[in-house]
This record gives sequence, C-alpha cells and structure tokens, in this order.
Amino acid sequence: MPFGNTHNNFKLNYKVEEEFPDLSKHNNHMAKILTKEIYGKLRDKQTPSGYTLDDVIQTGVDNPGHPFIMTVGCVAGDEESYEVFKDLLDPVISDRHGGYKPTDKHKTDLNFENLKGGDDLDPNYVLSSRVRTGRSIKGYTLPPHNSRGERRAIEKLAVEALTSLDGEFKGKYYPLKSMTDAEQEQLIADHFLFDKPVSPLLTCAGMARDWPDGRGIWHNDNKTFLVWVNEEDHLRVISMQKGGNMREVFRRFCVGLQKIEEIFKKHNHGFMWNEHLGYILTCPSNLGTGLRGGVHVKLPKLSTHPKFEEILTRLRLQKRGTGGVDTASVGGVFDISNADRLGSSEVQQVQLVVDGVKLMVEMEKKLEKGEAIDGMIPAQK
Amino acid sequence: MPFGNTHNKFKMNYSAEQEYPDLSQHNNHMAKVLTLELYSKLRDKETPSGFTLDDVIQTGVDNPGHPFIMTVGCVAGDEETYDVFKDLMDPVIEDRHGGYKPSDKHKTDLNAENLQGGDDLDPNYVLSSRVRTGRSIRGFCLPPHCSRGERRAIEQLSIEALDSLEGDLKGKYYALKNMTEEEQQQLIDDHFLFDKPVSPLLLASGMARDWPDARGIWHNDNKTFLVWVNEEDHLRVISMQKGGNMREVFTRFCTGLTKIEDLFKNRGHEFMWNEHLGYVLTCPSNLGTGLRAGVHVKLPNLSKHEKFGDILKRLRLQKRGTGGVDTAAVGGVFDISNADRLGFSEVELVQMVVDGVNLLVNMEKRLEGGEDIEDMMPEQK
Repeated sequence: MPFGNTHNNFKLNYKVEEEFPDLSKHNNHMAKILTKEIYGKLRDKQTPSGYTLDDVIQTGVDNPGHPFIMTVGCVAGDEESYEVFKDLLDPVISDRHGGYKPTDKHKTDLNFENLKGGDDLDPNYVLSSRVRTGRSIKGYTLPPHNSRGERRAIEKLAVEALTSLDGEFKGKYYPLKSMTDAEQEQLIADHFLFDKPVSPLLTCAGMARDWPDGRGIWHNDNKTFLVWVNEEDHLRVISMQKGGNMREVFRRFCVGLQKIEEIFKKHNHGFMWNEHLGYILTCPSNLGTGLRGGVHVKLPKLSTHPKFEEILTRLRLQKRGTGGVDTASVGGVFDISNADRLGSSEVQQVQLVVDGVKLMVEMEKKLEKGEAIDGMIPAQK
Repeated sequence: MPFGNTHNKFKMNYSAEQEYPDLSQHNNHMAKVLTLELYSKLRDKETPSGFTLDDVIQTGVDNPGHPFIMTVGCVAGDEETYDVFKDLMDPVIEDRHGGYKPSDKHKTDLNAENLQGGDDLDPNYVLSSRVRTGRSIRGFCLPPHCSRGERRAIEQLSIEALDSLEGDLKGKYYALKNMTEEEQQQLIDDHFLFDKPVSPLLLASGMARDWPDARGIWHNDNKTFLVWVNEEDHLRVISMQKGGNMREVFTRFCTGLTKIEDLFKNRGHEFMWNEHLGYVLTCPSNLGTGLRAGVHVKLPNLSKHEKFGDILKRLRLQKRGTGGVDTAAVGGVFDISNADRLGFSEVELVQMVVDGVNLLVNMEKRLEGGEDIEDMMPEQK
C-alpha cells in the first residue's frame, strides 16, 4: 500500500521516466495537468503526516475516465496536501472551478437571512429540497490516509458534539458496525443509510479501509438533519425535507452547522478552512463551500427541450438522476443543484438554486400550455 | 534504518488500543493470531523498503471472512516481511500449513523423473491436467507494495528471459495495455487471459494499483506453457494440456521453470527462496512450492457419496469448481488438486495428485457399476 513513505524514498532509486504513470488513455483533471516535469518536481515531497504524490494521484491513475462526468483524479490526504502539492492541485482547482486562481479569495456566508425568498417553490413540481456539505476536522488526516486511531478519535468527537445538540437538533448516533437489523431497515427506508463505497474512484483512494470501523450516521428525531461520519469526508452534513421550502432547509442547515462548529472549537478542533480555499475537503471538487443545494423536481417537458442543457449552464446549475451522482432520471424527475462550489458563498449558491428552479418550473408550466419559452431564456449568470 | 516511515510514526501518537483493529467479526488466519500484544510489539517496525504491520494485515481487516474458504488475511510486501513480522507470520504459516514449525526445513524437488507414473490418467474422466506455481524476483518488492518503476523493471526482465526460450517453449508476450482486439479474443478463447482482480481479498492489499501497467501474458506457440506477469505474484507459471498425461505436464513445467530461472540468474536476478520457506510469494498460503497441480475430472457419482469430503482429506487433496477458486462444480466435473504447498516437495505433491486421482477415478467406475467402495478407502496420507 502506498501509505508508508519509506517506500517513497525507495522509489527514488528509479528514474522519473520509470515511475511516471502512463496517462495516455486517461481523461480526468489530474491526467490533463500532470506532466513528467511536475511529477519529477514533486515526487520526493511529503506532507508532515507522510502523504506523497503517488498517494494523491493513485485514484486518477487507477480510473482513467468516467462515462458521465469529468472526474478529478486526485485527492488530499490531509490539510497540507493542498500546500505541498500546489503545483499539481492549483491547476486542477483552476480547471475544475472555472478558472479560480491561486490568488483568489473565497467568501463564506452561512447567514441564512441573506437568502431572498426560497420558501415557496411550487410543491406540485418540487418534490423535495436538500442541502449538503462536508467538513474536515483540523489536526486529523483525511479519509484516504487516516489510521484507525484517528478515525475513531474523529468519530468520538463527532458523537460528543452531536449528542449535545438539543431542540430541533436533538437526535441519535448509529454506528455502522453495531447497528441492529431493525435500525438498519429503518435507515434504509428513510433513505439515510450509506453503504461501503463501491465506486472504484473512492476505493482506489483508500477511503474504504477498515470498513465499517469508526463510521456511522447521526440524525435528529425529526429526520430533517443528518450527519455522516467518516464516509468520504470526516463529516457530511445534510438538511432535507419534502416539498419546496428551500429557505427552511437552508436555515436549519446553517444553524445546525454553526452549532456543531462551536462545539468542535471548544474541543480545540475547529474545521479545516482558509481564506483561499474555504472549507478543505478530501476531493478538490468540494472545496470552497462543499455545498450542493438541490431539489427533486418534475420537468418532463423542459428536460426534452433542445435548450435544456444551455438553460442549466446559464443558470450555473447541473442535473443528476434521482439516485444522485452517476444515475439517470426517472419519470421526468430530476435532481437539480448548483454546479459551483468555490468562488461563491453558500448564500449565493443556494440563491442560484432557488431562483433557477423557480424559473424552470415556470418554463415547465408554459410548455405544458403549449407555449414557447424563448423569451424566458436567461442570461449567463 | 536509513529512511523514515512518516505516517507509521505519526500513528504512534495513538496508543496500541486506539489503533488495534476490531477483529470481533473476523474469521481468517490473521485474525486468529493477531492479539493486542502482538500488534503492539510489531506496530513500529518496518521492512527496509517500508512495509509496515498495517500494510501486512489490511486485507484481513477489510475482509472478515469468506463463505467457502478460511482466508489468510495477510500478505507480504517484500521478502523481508516474513522476517520482520515473523511473530505474526510464523503462527499464521503454522496454522495454515498443517503445523509447520519455524525450525522446519522445506524440500525443493523439480526433477520430473522422480515422479512415478502419471502419464495414463483415464482421459474418459480426466479432461485436462495443469500445474501452476509462482515465483518472486529477488531485489524487488511484491505486488501489494511495488511501485510502477519496479513493476516495469520486473516486466522488462521477464520479457527478456521469456523471449530467449526455444524449441517447444518458444513463444510471445502480450502486454495487457496494448493488446489488440483479436489478440484479446484469442486469449479469452484459449482461457489464458487474466483480468484485473475483482476479489476484495486482492484489491484491499493494493495489488491492482496502476492496472494494467506492466501486466501481461506470455505463452508458447503450442499453448501449453503460460506465464502471467505482475498479477498476484511477479510471475505465475502454468503448464497445461487436455487429457490425463500429468507426467508430461509436470515435465514441461519443471524444464520450463528451470530454464527461466537460469535466464534470470544470468541477468543477475535469482528467485526469492530460502531453506525454511522455500519459494517466497505474496500470499503465505503459497509458500514452499507455490504449487497447485490439478485436473478437471468427471466424478458425478463419487462427488455425491457421503465420504467424498473425507476421502479428499485423506488423500491430501482439495476440490474446486471448474472456474477455479471460489466457483462451484458444473455437471459433476471437479477441479481436484493438492491441498499442501509447504513441507512437501513439488514431486511429492504431484505424486499425491496422480495417485489420488487414479484412485478417485477407480472409485467412480465402481459406483457407476452399482458397487460400493468401502474396501477402497485410503489411509490418511
């Protein structure tokens, strides 16, 4: 396993040409950026915890491409990865996040009051609303790299923090490894249960090691606020409910997140964040806000319109099937969410979703009546 | 040690209890042997190339058990693993190889003339005969740990050695990564092609990294002698043909192997071997001879006999389905092979297969004739 870096020094006995991966069949962000020169420059480096270049890129070497999406092809093993390997990660970030420059600053805004509207998306079309993000706990290495001891310490901290929540956030933790059959059935029925990753994008990065040790699910009694512990990130935080009241979902999201952050800070373990990259997460695609705010919405007519893709691009939105990433839509129902993560704030991204979905529902209604929507095509946001 | 192993040392910040894996649901050789005390003793060690205890056991932690077989649950990353981690490996080896002690010596005998008989297994029952083993090239790390540079060097050496074979061993190398469609189809039809491992037992140990870089298949023009390069071991060497002439299969096996070993030695590279463990391979289950000699044999009546399992045990044989390990028998045809690897020589193991299969076929004929086989029951070998 490339997790010990004695082997990294051992590998220096071989020339750059001998160690440089064959990326000729590859189509991911890492493969587009990583030249032999960059490989030669970075290959003897390591982060303080011992993460190396080959660790960063292993998932991208093992997975040449994906049929639906341009994958990132590299991951961070700790906070310092983004610094030590910036010669690779900065261009990847720029490529992935619309030209974001190494000098750019990212804005964090978790004040839900700054959101305009969002409480009245038409529930005849908008079936459910959801906002998710990830958080990494400072002082620990990330899922591709962390040891069992670290993962368990993260779980312990997370459980302490979450079980001290009250009011609408009062809830319970279910560790994956000691779940009863009944609890498992209920979590599946609620669509809360996450399973051991099967995607080779994730398993090749090493984040499924020691499964299910240190992994679990916490949710509030109301089943509207959910935290995944030690899946692809230290924490994944999800606020969701049926219908179109995205404002309420976002309010709960912001309030809950901030409560959790305070508790972690009291234990001297804040979240990984900096003013350039915002919230630091395992995958470079989730930097910045790490936020995906989305709805399941019925758009059977609009989705077959020739300008559907263009409309989405202009609104800075993306579509997925209702099973999430890597799935197809069923019955004209789409998962529509913000495309951006870095370079705009949480409020800005959720605003794009609220405004964009509102417009698309109006377009759907027009098309239902047999009318054209040419006058409604938006400008590029 | 001249090098540091940073993340292994980083983990030392956590106590042994915090890092010790949860093996409570596990059933493999590693889990039976690895106590907290043993974990604690070995966890700060590393081989010269940087393979650590957690590297050795990762596959066994990630794979609690297997429905058909008692898995080993640990692998070697280099030759020194068996020494640095002997406190774990010796008991695992003893458990797996019938009580083989740390002081025992293993006998190598690749002189096919020492085999008695074996050229006349009844082809009405014995459909095909095959002998395989593995070899590791001294001076390189093993598949769970080797870098791309090392793997490519192994491939290069192998091609040079195999290309210089002559006579009925003359053949050709097919690199996995630039095989043509026709070549691929032909290799599939010949049942020669190996694919990227899908078994989590193998994936969790890291041996599929960088697939298909530096992996390939070599076979002779006659299609009776085949070498896999950089799959689960550096080399897997296979001699096979239709029918029951195991003697010829074994003769070709010994001749070919000895020639290949000479060619490697001429280039300054021996095979990993010592007088205690014999040939050193990735999985402790393949130590000693690394040899599995077997036949596909029709035993529809005998296989239903209540004493079938017992007979096989007494003959020191094991059964598999005709798809190999982890498959079920189809149409009463079984893969019957030696169960042992270590503590017996190659000739001794193939002798057991030859004598044992002869007996099984005679038993099958008896049962076909409606007679019983009570007087044919063998002693425990």
